[in-house]
Amino acid sequence: MRVKSYQRKLDIKNGCVDLSHGSGGRATTQLVLGLFHEAFGNEWLARCNDQSAFGVRSGRMVMTTDSYVVSPLFFPGGNIGSLAVHGTINDVAMAGARPLYLAASFIIEEGFRFSELKAVADSMGAAARAAGVHIITGDTKVVERGKADGLFISTTGIGVLAAGLDLSAERATIGDRVLVSGSLGDHGVAIMSRRQNLAFQIDIVSDSAALHDLVAVMVAAGGADIRVMRDPTRGGLAATLNEIAHQSSLGFRLQEEAIPVKPAVAAACELLGLDPLHVANEGKLVAIVAPDMADAVLAAMKAHPLGCDAADIGEAVADHHHLVQMSTSFGGGRIVDWLSGEQLPRIC
Amino acid sequence: MKYADEFRDKTIAQGLAQAIGTEADPQRAYRFMEFCGGHTHVISRYGLDDLLPANVRMIHGPGCPVCVLPTSRIDMAIRLAARPQVTLCVYGDLMRVPGSQGQSLLRARALGADIRMVYSTLDAIRIAEQALDQEVVFFAIGFETTTPPTAVMIRLAKKKRLKNLSVFCNHVLTPPAMQSILESPDIRTVGRAEIDGFIGPAHVSAIIGTEPYGRLAEQFGEPIVIAGFEPLDVMQAILMLVRQVNDGRFEVENQYSRAVRREGNHRAMEEVSNVFGLRDQFEWRGLGLIPDSGLKLKRAYAKFDAEMRFVMHELPAADNPACECGAILRGVKRPVDCKLFGTVCTPETPTGSCMVSSEGACAAHWTYGRGRDYQVRRASCE
Repeated sequence: MRVKSYQRKLDIKNGCVDLSHGSGGRATTQLVLGLFHEAFGNEWLARCNDQSAFGVRSGRMVMTTDSYVVSPLFFPGGNIGSLAVHGTINDVAMAGARPLYLAASFIIEEGFRFSELKAVADSMGAAARAAGVHIITGDTKVVERGKADGLFISTTGIGVLAAGLDLSAERATIGDRVLVSGSLGDHGVAIMSRRQNLAFQIDIVSDSAALHDLVAVMVAAGGADIRVMRDPTRGGLAATLNEIAHQSSLGFRLQEEAIPVKPAVAAACELLGLDPLHVANEGKLVAIVAPDMADAVLAAMKAHPLGCDAADIGEAVADHHHLVQMSTSFGGGRIVDWLSGEQLPRIC
Repeated sequence: MKYADEFRDKTIAQGLAQAIGTEADPQRAYRFMEFCGGHTHVISRYGLDDLLPANVRMIHGPGCPVCVLPTSRIDMAIRLAARPQVTLCVYGDLMRVPGSQGQSLLRARALGADIRMVYSTLDAIRIAEQALDQEVVFFAIGFETTTPPTAVMIRLAKKKRLKNLSVFCNHVLTPPAMQSILESPDIRTVGRAEIDGFIGPAHVSAIIGTEPYGRLAEQFGEPIVIAGFEPLDVMQAILMLVRQVNDGRFEVENQYSRAVRREGNHRAMEEVSNVFGLRDQFEWRGLGLIPDSGLKLKRAYAKFDAEMRFVMHELPAADNPACECGAILRGVKRPVDCKLFGTVCTPETPTGSCMVSSEGACAAHWTYGRGRDYQVRRASCE
């Protein structure tokens, strides 16, 4: 149902957001209906309530929330909108769950162009539709010029969990295998290549993608033998494995030669003095899997388009210092430590 | 990755490791200092220590630009950045270097100072051109490698008639620092140094060539092998040093012949000598005041000298007395010999500068190598 009396046509081509669009008045409704409802269009939003009701099945549900402040807003392989959908879907999916609904909240800087906002909203809508997830409620705020960097988005996701699944870091056990779903560092390098003071030519695009479908085939293959899954976003694989090591009171031993990194990403990291294992990903996952099932889960991953470069990169070991250690491709050994300080701020 | 993977080949590394193991005399110790932080990083990053026999030990040197910068110079930069009209441009590593009383540029920025991280001196020119009402100051640090880009920036600024750009110059020179280490009383025992040879700088030598090291090798009887920054370069240089020691030679050899020429890079040296002259002395963290070791802008470029433009004063600054950065930079202590290492001093909360840059001995060992200390401790308990 549309509330026609509020509508005047937004000048998408030339117009921009001003403070009236955040005032809660007619302009706010015009923006919400004319831009967000157009992009997200679904039966829940069409009822124009401040919330949406949906049916709940028996069993356990999963909920997560995330904020997106990436700079630049548009980057090779996506933009802040598709990232805000994929990122939150992935956080739900890492529990082994099927994501169902999203809520989206926008903080927009005065002067932000409608054309760019529409591009962001359209890509959110497209990403959600492709993933079979609905954006069913949201909020819009406008702040004065200089109080936000164009646009910040916050999304909350809800999903359902199959019976018998309880993925969590403390379930990792000595001997478990460490699987990654593909090449590391693509997102971070794609963002860097567009940073104002770095801008370099590279063929790498962000790996931003919704991983729940890949997760579903992994769960079908490995079930509860998948101990934990994480998407290695900020801080990269290094941060994710160090987190799991501390939460499980174990250590990890990795084989550098087994870790997939695209040559162009490796070259960009080499130039900028970065470690690809610290660089963010937005369409990759790490799974810690019981050794007996690791091959079956890996085969299922490789058979999926988002996991075709999946690899077994190491194992969980006893280590009361909870270190992530790696045999280097050169034949020596080293620690893979957490990232210290800011390597690259506002990557997602 | 072409031109990199060739120098990281495991099989060749094993061959070199075997040769070092065979040729190193088990009856003696080989203590080699890698002067450059770049080498320190490579040794830790690729786990080279695991490939060397127990009697070949690498000692980390002072060649990390961030590490040798004394606290007083960081304090000067923080005070400068606090001025409302100043935009300070810095290389990223400098942001977290501790100044006095828990201050750092990172903290100063959080409190409102306009401090920008740059990747190139050209970024500073761009920032100055875009903010003509601001005083843009480039915080210049580094050895002979980073000096030419600063010289080029100043030349371009003069050509563009940029009146709002200046340089806080902290550029230093490698050969005087090597000499200072070799003359240091706690390095030299009676008659000979505790260092059996040097891995000489890679990129610095690409600028200054191999000649400046000749006098050092001869005067102090120290073999020097200039090596590239890839792990195979370092392994090969170690083998060359072992052979020099065994033969009783002390020569300057160039392992990095694909980049370093005997005479260096004339164009770069000319850019530098046009703009910079020698300071009488400059303070190095850990090494103290070293004569003729620092650069300043020549009189013709004085208006680009931030220290003159803003009448900056260097005030004495006390380091944490428990911090062993000084001794570590001279190679007489190892990171694990410092009580603060890994306790109160970590990369997240650095007490000394060696824990900040990835080229610093403490940061490199903490980030890549501390697992070895745990193994040693475990073995000694068992």
